[in-house]
Order: sequence, then C-alpha cells, then structure tokens
Amino acid sequence: MPGPIRLNPPLTDEDVMKLRAGDQVLITGILYTGRDAAHKRLVDLIDSGEPLPMDLTGQIIYFVGPSPSRPGQPIGSAGPTTSYRMDAYSPRLIERGLKGMIGKGFRSREVVDSMVKHKAVYMAAVGGAAALISRKITSCEIVAYEDLGPEAIRKLEVTDFPAIVVNDCEGNDLYEQGIEEYRIA
Amino acid sequence: MGARIHNLNIKLWIREGRENDAFRFPRSEKPLTGFSRQITNQNNAMREIESGEITEAVRKMSIKAAYMLGHDVMEALEENLKKEISPTGREVLRQLVENARIAEEGLFPMCQDTGFAVIFVELGQDVHVAGGDLNQAIHEGVRQGYSEGFLRKSVCDPFTRKNTGDNTPAVIHIKIIPGDRIKLTLAGKGGGSENMSRVMMLKPSDGKTGIMDYVVQRVSESGPNPCPPTIIGVGIGGTFEKAALLAKEALLRPLGEPSPDPELAAMEEEILERINRLGIGPGGLGGKTTSMAVHVKMHPCHIASLPIAVNINCHAHRHREMIL
Ligand code: SF4
Repeated sequence: MPGPIRLNPPLTDEDVMKLRAGDQVLITGILYTGRDAAHKRLVDLIDSGEPLPMDLTGQIIYFVGPSPSRPGQPIGSAGPTTSYRMDAYSPRLIERGLKGMIGKGFRSREVVDSMVKHKAVYMAAVGGAAALISRKITSCEIVAYEDLGPEAIRKLEVTDFPAIVVNDCEGNDLYEQGIEEYRIA
Repeated sequence: MGARIHNLNIKLWIREGRENDAFRFPRSEKPLTGFSRQITNQNNAMREIESGEITEAVRKMSIKAAYMLGHDVMEALEENLKKEISPTGREVLRQLVENARIAEEGLFPMCQDTGFAVIFVELGQDVHVAGGDLNQAIHEGVRQGYSEGFLRKSVCDPFTRKNTGDNTPAVIHIKIIPGDRIKLTLAGKGGGSENMSRVMMLKPSDGKTGIMDYVVQRVSESGPNPCPPTIIGVGIGGTFEKAALLAKEALLRPLGEPSPDPELAAMEEEILERINRLGIGPGGLGGKTTSMAVHVKMHPCHIASLPIAVNINCHAHRHREMIL
C-alpha cells in the first residue's frame, strides 16, 4: 500500500481530482467544524443572500461536536460524527466552493452527485478514534454560533490529521467497494 | 382458606419462576452471585447504604468508563488486528488500539460522544437507602462525573433539542433481588450505534432462522454508521419492551464469554460468523472484523408473538460495575 497523501487546504480542483476512494491522507492546515445546527444556519444565510461567516472556497468541513476541553488543551476529544445528518445541507455548500468533508458513514445520492459535479471529496475519519485525532489538533477558535456550544463552528489548525477517502469526484465509493472486496457470499 | 390457597399459588409461581430462571440463566448470569452469604439475612436487619455512596460510585464509573476501555474490548481489538486481512481495516484497528492508550492517559475521553448514562441497579431487598432519593443520588453522580471528567453533555429535549446541560436525566433500570448489597452497572451509550438499534415483532413461524436473518440484516443495513467493529446485543422473546431490555443487558456480559445456554451460545457463534462474512469491516471501510461479539439473551414470550431486539454497541464499549 502506498504511503499516505498529504493535503494542505485550501484545496484546488486539481488536488481533489488526484484523490481516489481508498487513499489514506494526512491533512495539515485549517479545518472548519460543523454539525447539523450550524449547517442549517449556513444554508439559511445562503437562502437569504447574506454573507457566510467564513469563505468556503477550497475548504474542508469536519463533522464533529467535541467534548469539553481541559485547561491547557486546545480541544477535548474530537472524533467524527455521523454524516447523513448533514446530507440535506452539504450540496448547497459544495455549490459555494466547499471541496472536502470529513465524517463517518454513508452519504446520500444527492451529495455524491454534487461532489462529482463540482469536484469535491468525502473522507472518513475513524469513528471513535477521538482521542488520537485530538492529538493532531494544535489550535481551535470559535468563528461563529458560539451559542450552539459543541455545535458552534470552529476553525481548527491540524497537523497530520488522518483520514481515508470514501467518495472521490469520479463517483467511486469505498463503503461499496470495500464491502464488495471482502464480502464472502 | 382462600388466603392460604392464594399464598400457596404465589409460592408455587415464585418457585417455578426461579426454576425457569435457573434453566435459562445459570449461575454466572444471575445477579449478585458471589454474595450468597448475604442472601440469607437471619436477623432480618436492613443494611444501610448512604445515598451519597451511590452518587460517588456513579460519579467514578462515569469518568472511568469514558477514559478506560475494558480489558476485554482491548484484547478483542488487538486479537482482530492480528487477524484482519484488509490493509485499511488494519489501519482502523491500529488507530483504535492507539486511541484507547491515549485515552487511558486521562486527558481525552476515548470518544467525544461520551454517551447517555444508562444505569442498571440490582437492589438487594435487605438494603435501606438512607439520606435521600436513590434516583436523585444516581442523577447527581452522573451530573458530577460528566462535569468533573470533562465529558460531553449529550442529553436534550426531544422537541426543542435544547441540551439539559449536565447529561441528566440518566435512564435507570431497577431490579429488586435478594441480598443486602447494591450492584450498580453503568453503560455510557453512544448515539451513533444506538440509532442503528431496532425492536421487531417477528411472526412465531419465522423461528430461529428468521431471528438470525433479522440480526444479520440489521447489521448489514447499519454499515459504517455504528462505528464497527461493534458488539451486538440481541434480546429474544418477552414482550415489546422486555426484548429491548434483554438486548441491552446482553451487552453487559464480558466480551468473549458465551451464553451459558448452549443453544444460545451456538446461535451467537453462528450469527457472528455470518456478520463477519458481510465484508463491512473496521470503520465500515471493508474487511472481516465487522463485529467482535454477539450476545444473546432470551425470555419466554406470548404464544402469538416473537419479539426480537437488536442493540448495537460501538467499540467504545463503556461499561463499569460496582458493588456496594
Ligand atoms: S458510535 Fe460510539 S465510537 Fe462512534 S461516535 Fe458514537 S460513541 Fe463514538
């Protein structure tokens, strides 16, 4: 197996087009966090034609609601949450230039189609590897919706954040391919 | 006379119930074995336990469960890491083993979802809880543990979705049993795997095959969502709610310990083998380690029914018990 691919957001179309389902990646740079409630607010802003709290072009959103941080730590445990709850909103953000999403679990047909159309990628972090992932986060700053608590949008600085490409921009899906490969009929 | 017959009936009924229990759930699964000495309380004295002790026990268990993965689960992860054939699957298992070690250092809980606190109480009938309400004592323990342990508060109003702020109320299941001790078991249940759990009323004609097919189908449909490798609790029989409770209780058994009932033990093995042929694998990214164990509990059911419940638990298997 080839070594992991290094990604440094913001990502370009070319960066995304090189990624294939099954690739292991290590991300260094900025990730934005968001869960359902924050996604809903972002889409409401788009609907009413108002500006977003951050520029999404080329960015990656990490679906996470961390546990409280201890004094001296930038963040608490921060593993991925289930992505399907964001399915209703993700295509709207992909249209606005979002290039990557990190979470766990299946995405809907609409999200997959939107990723193919606009060249974006969906990656999985290991569900439940939250303490390990927290070690890769060097800083954390709330950029919007502080009232949402763990669901507020945060800007994370990460070093060698491990993820695995699930849906690439050609429509491949590791969840389907992986199961296909190891299923014993 | 009427009263005597009534008493006699009750006694018979109790005895039958016991025998039935003994048949289905031999000693090792019975609550509070090892305390048989306390069970006969000759002078009828009540043993007093301060409600504060209960709070303290729940506080400690909440924190410990979130940071220290049980040896049984750790061993199962390491064992499967040796056996897994998918490179991606091995990478996921490797991360989970490392994750558990980092969590043990006490700075980061093993998962950011530190769960809904479910507390099982086996309350000896010769115990007097002094100094306050038993339920409140438990809620208070959860409140303190989730706050002091820097654990995530994940409990909210179903309609408004407003967070209760302290991870209470806990879900409490109380069973009165003989003896003068209290056994407290805490399960910190994650949302991702709980959402993939189901109760189903099968037709009696579906039989054993129907039961096994249903469990395998449920795991298959859940795919990556419950954070595989998972542990599968199966409750068969009873009523609608009893099946669900049996499935959750089945999860409490140490990993790798088969059901004491040989028929159920064989069924557990067969279901596990079928699940691990699905190819879902660690993280759902392909591989042969989809579940680490299947635990089944059974109870007699209505002649018209065949209830079955499947309660899925992720690898963040947070279970702790204490006996007071
Ligand atoms: S299902 Fe379990 S391991 Fe996965 S995010 Fe939830 S609590 Fe964590």
